Amino acid sequence: MRIVVDYDQCESNAICMQIAPDVFEVRDDDFLYVLDETPGEDRRAAMQEAVQRCPKQAISLEG
Amino acid sequence: MVRDSITIVGASLAGLRAAETLRRDGFSGRISLIGAEVHAPYDRPPLSKQVLAGAWEADRTVLTPADRLELLGLDMRLGRRATGLDLSGRILEVDGVSESYDGLLIATGARCRTLPGTGHLAGVHTLRTLDDSLAILEAMRGDPRRVVVVGAGFIGAEVASTAIGHGVPVTMVEALPVPLGRVLGDMVGSVIAELHLEHGVDLRCGVGVEAVEGGDRVESVRLTDGTVVEADLVVVGIGVVPDTGWLEGSGLTLEDGVVCDETCLAAPNITAAGDVARWPNPRYGEVMRVEHWDNAVEQGAHAARRLLQSEEEAVPYAPVPWFWSDQYDRKIQLAGRARPDDEVRIVSGSLEERRFAALYSNDGRLTAVLGMNRPRHVMQFKGLLEREASLAEAIEFAEGLG
Repeated sequence: MRIVVDYDQCESNAICMQIAPDVFEVRDDDFLYVLDETPGEDRRAAMQEAVQRCPKQAISLEG
Repeated sequence: MVRDSITIVGASLAGLRAAETLRRDGFSGRISLIGAEVHAPYDRPPLSKQVLAGAWEADRTVLTPADRLELLGLDMRLGRRATGLDLSGRILEVDGVSESYDGLLIATGARCRTLPGTGHLAGVHTLRTLDDSLAILEAMRGDPRRVVVVGAGFIGAEVASTAIGHGVPVTMVEALPVPLGRVLGDMVGSVIAELHLEHGVDLRCGVGVEAVEGGDRVESVRLTDGTVVEADLVVVGIGVVPDTGWLEGSGLTLEDGVVCDETCLAAPNITAAGDVARWPNPRYGEVMRVEHWDNAVEQGAHAARRLLQSEEEAVPYAPVPWFWSDQYDRKIQLAGRARPDDEVRIVSGSLEERRFAALYSNDGRLTAVLGMNRPRHVMQFKGLLEREASLAEAIEFAEGLG
């Protein structure tokens, strides 16, 4: 599973960071950084939640 | 309780996310999704921002692309309006035609309040739907002399912000002493007032609209202080009312929304979600109706799962509400339930730089966090709100933020 972020869409609402701080981090510069682009299968439910809860639909999963 | 089929009334965010949740959780029965608008389910936040700015084409607001929607295998009926419900016979009426249902999820949302006596006037708009947004965009591109925005709530403030971007002169009229004072308190409301003034909005607070005047078209707006503002475009943002007219006499309890229990159940086999649902949130011991985007997603999913659960399996829906609003180059986010009499304390940044996080508290209890261009901090404090951390703990955490 690979995390893909559309940075043209991302507005740094940081919802994803709250759901999975080990994968997503919005830093003090207000930009989103993906800390782990290929999280393990055990993180799939959380990744799906991040996809659903992103107000900009900026996150997608491949694989 | 597992069932054969589920009918979802309302094909906006809550309804669509409910359908997607059912499929993701393995429900393989028939799902009917009935929507009054003709458009495929779309996202509303861009309607007062990117779409109204003319920066996005309408099709960019689509919530789920057609190919993925197809995979859900829905009986989707658009441009169809639910017109009645009979609980005892388990009959739903769609455009006057009866059909039976097994499980029912109500997500019909809300519609805009309007100013009385303006129905006949061209140039007076509300903003809720894609068609509303495109109509206002067209009006803004028609070189209006001035737009009057009635109400400085989130919709009004975003419309004013976008109109300024079009180069249209804006007068914004707000009955309260400061914009959003009832939600955010006077201190933060004043920051938002300054933000609009600085961008050239003619902001009139503490005054109401007496009348909107004109023949066929709006020509001016007369305010309660006697002043008259000439305008050829008026956008009214004075709140919404839940869309429950079709449920009158159905047997459901209606009281500023469809009244549900704390699990989102409105009656046996019937749940409600999104703007239309009123339920007791056990986290706050308060009956609430939440009109935010995030709540439509969350409650849509919760209400969908509830239809598949037994009484024993059902869990309360107890979210910390959260929303955001984009105005000019500022992102305002609030998590929690702030009250006007809450104590407000800035814990990072400053009001002057308009980049800050503020904690709201009451009696030593952390009630909300508000951020202006501080998304990271808002979400960190939202986590504290969710586990009901004390104010002292939140302050200690804030000191560690640097």
